[in-house]
Amino acid sequence: MKKIFQYTLFDLIRSRWSLFYLGFFLLLTIVLLSFSGGVSKVIISLMNVVLILCPLIATMFGVMYAYNSREFTELLLAQPIRRTSIFGGQYLGLGVSQSLSLLIGIGGPFLFYGLFRSGEIWNFSILLVNGVLLTFIFSGLAFLIALRNENRIRGFGLAILSWLFFAVIYDGILLLTLVLFREYPIESLALGLSLFNPIDLSRILILLKLDISALMGYTGAVFQRFLGSGLGMSLALGMLLLWIGLPALGIRWVALRKDF
Amino acid sequence: MISIEQLYKSYGKLEVLKGISLEFDTPGRISAILGPNGSGKTTLMKSILGMVLPDKGDIKVDGKSVKGQWAYRKRIDYLPQIARFPENLRVRELIAFLHDLRHSDTREKELIERFGLEPHLDKKLGNLSGGTKQKVNLVLAFMYDSPMLILDEPTSGLDPIALLRLKDLILEEKSRGKLILITTHIMNFVEEMADEIVFLLEGNIYFRGKTEELKTRFHEPSLERAIARVLGEKKINGHSFKLVNELVS
Amino acid sequence: MAIEVCPTCPVSSIVQAVEMAEPGEEIVVRGGTYREGNIAIKKSIQLRGVDFPVVDGENQYEIFTIQAPGVTIEGFRLINAGKSTLVDMAAIRVDHQRHFSICGNEIQNAQFAIYLAYATDGIVEDNFLEGEAQDEISSGNGVHCWYARRLFIANNTILRHRDGIYLEFTDSSRIIGNWSEHNVRYGLHFMFSNNDVYNDNTFLNNGAGVAVMFSKKIGMYRNRFERNWGTASYALLLKEIYDADLQHNLFISNTIGILMEGATRIEYKNNLFLSNGWAIQMTGGCIDNHFTENAFVSNSQDMVVNSSVNNNTFDGNYWSEYAGYDLDRDGFGDVPHRPVKLFSYITSQTPEAIVLLRSFFVDLLNFAEKVSPVLTPANVLDNKPLLQQPTT
Repeated sequence: MKKIFQYTLFDLIRSRWSLFYLGFFLLLTIVLLSFSGGVSKVIISLMNVVLILCPLIATMFGVMYAYNSREFTELLLAQPIRRTSIFGGQYLGLGVSQSLSLLIGIGGPFLFYGLFRSGEIWNFSILLVNGVLLTFIFSGLAFLIALRNENRIRGFGLAILSWLFFAVIYDGILLLTLVLFREYPIESLALGLSLFNPIDLSRILILLKLDISALMGYTGAVFQRFLGSGLGMSLALGMLLLWIGLPALGIRWVALRKDF
Repeated sequence: MISIEQLYKSYGKLEVLKGISLEFDTPGRISAILGPNGSGKTTLMKSILGMVLPDKGDIKVDGKSVKGQWAYRKRIDYLPQIARFPENLRVRELIAFLHDLRHSDTREKELIERFGLEPHLDKKLGNLSGGTKQKVNLVLAFMYDSPMLILDEPTSGLDPIALLRLKDLILEEKSRGKLILITTHIMNFVEEMADEIVFLLEGNIYFRGKTEELKTRFHEPSLERAIARVLGEKKINGHSFKLVNELVS
Repeated sequence: MAIEVCPTCPVSSIVQAVEMAEPGEEIVVRGGTYREGNIAIKKSIQLRGVDFPVVDGENQYEIFTIQAPGVTIEGFRLINAGKSTLVDMAAIRVDHQRHFSICGNEIQNAQFAIYLAYATDGIVEDNFLEGEAQDEISSGNGVHCWYARRLFIANNTILRHRDGIYLEFTDSSRIIGNWSEHNVRYGLHFMFSNNDVYNDNTFLNNGAGVAVMFSKKIGMYRNRFERNWGTASYALLLKEIYDADLQHNLFISNTIGILMEGATRIEYKNNLFLSNGWAIQMTGGCIDNHFTENAFVSNSQDMVVNSSVNNNTFDGNYWSEYAGYDLDRDGFGDVPHRPVKLFSYITSQTPEAIVLLRSFFVDLLNFAEKVSPVLTPANVLDNKPLLQQPTT
């Protein structure tokens, strides 16, 4: 697995996409840091980028990589290596290459502007951690979708749809549900449903740092317990890790049974 | 060396292999696996390599079942049909990668020379022409020097000189006692190289034997025509075959 | 000559010394612990503690009761003042007096630490007041002012009382440089008090920061309101007040920055609202509130306006949310800014929806609403949003 990972990473970090992705983040962060008022504002702007763009790019990148490497994967399959090593290595390479673009693209300018010594370091770290987690989750989902669908058009479609679902549609449905049932005790529902969407989970994790003032204003006891203690953060992190684990297990399951 | 017993495989409703049993046990023999598209050639070869998982039946390599195994693939070299590689790796890096993957001795140097790849070693694979990629493919397949060779359309995209070198190489490997399986659509190549033919039709073995036998049985001067006859006869016997032209062309 | 009191001195009791003293005389109390029940001071004398003499109220007595003008109490450590649910008991009470000075004392676990009733022209300075308040009902205030005038309350530290400083019917007073933290209700509380000024105070982590209610002409300058968190908690409540002036205050990480109900004729200038849940919540009957040169930075929501807007203006502020441009380079954005978002409206109806704060979907909704307002008040507008954050 280590070698497959190494070479996949080696291949991917030199791809045009990775460089483009890196360049985009560098440019965006530098522009934001140079032209906007404060670091906290930059972090809020970057939060939206990380929550929406990281999953989108991970999705696109994941599907594309899975389909483009199809033939080479066959060559690897004919080698004396376990299937799990091949797909595990490719998945890791995929996730790590994008995470590197993200970390360098956003972290580099922050480092350069000397902000690691500022008080925003924790907010900033939580942003990056979430970016990395989301990258792995959506790379995994996309990779899984591509493995399960021989038809590329269909695979691309499903992957984009899954991104759209988690990034936009899910919250729309959630909001609609909350507004429709607002006469009922819905705070557990509101929190519970958020746990099933990785993007919402990440958002809440970041909110716990950035917007705790607003979150503490809400009256419900469940909220208070969830947000006030370490429970919220641990639970959200745990769920995110689960979200990484499930697609990864899915990839393993499909990989072990699939005909190539 | 390779024995296949009662192998069944279907994709959904489509039955591709319907209980095939085959033995390849003579070292130094080249067997060509032929058949129209969809006859199950590729599925059969991929089953041997564990890329396709059969529904029923068993495959043994050197006497051991390959089910759930992977280490046996050390003893087989495989040339895939389509040569596509990670685009951002250089040729040199890719070869090093595959060298790293198996800890066995490799002989890429000699092969690079043979196919004249030296000027391309530092190019990225994404920038290579189809023919050059196929040469890289050949280097990767032959470099391990394993006792068994499975070649899927080895000639595609090769220029005449490279083709000649490939033929020499295959014959050398044969003389060194390797077991070689080839699928191809180029009948001249089969006639020239193969010691025997395994002809698959609708998931069954229709014919196995020497090229000459097939030719004499159908009183045809060339293998191409003999095979056209095979498929033609099937049609007369009431089966529909649209694949004749495809195969012959 | 001062009268000296110490446990081993000829005069070993404060009560005795007070009895002996002539008006205008000074009593110096040396270190030691004194348990003398209630010490009523009916002469204009100065009591000075040296080395923080401890006066113990034994959970029973009001320690000092000032009943003469011109009294000074300085440098004492007062502990265990009596507590009662029937009457308000204090460590130091001033009753119908003027020209007193209560400075540099340390008062611990009193119900009311300093109680000023009908007091005028007094100074309360440099005291450290630490209570043990758990809830509003059984606790008392740090500095309690009732029908007082011209007080000067400065540089005190007030922890864990009901209200840090409470003013009722207290006019023309100044509250400067105090530190008010962990008080269960308010850091500072005005009721029916007029013409007062508070400046350079810090209100940190109180039940709520400051409540100004039913009062007129209050000046609020350079105060810091921070981390006043909780259910409907706020840094500053303005309720039924008129003609106030707020400048250069900092509101940082509060659930609500300023909550207004019936606030009229108020100027808000050069205040900074940073990282609050809601910077401003304006509910019923707010008239003539004018915001200029304030900075709204990184608040979860800048503004909620629940009532129709009556002549309130928001022009010329800095909003970190503002996404407009300044083509004519006059320092003001060319497009007006709408500080009220659709999501604010949704969360006021469905509070649970706060879990969707900063969701992409919510951003889309907010954007749609911004383009064509349907549910949010169309006239809450900053027509001249600043592009540079003003110094505050």
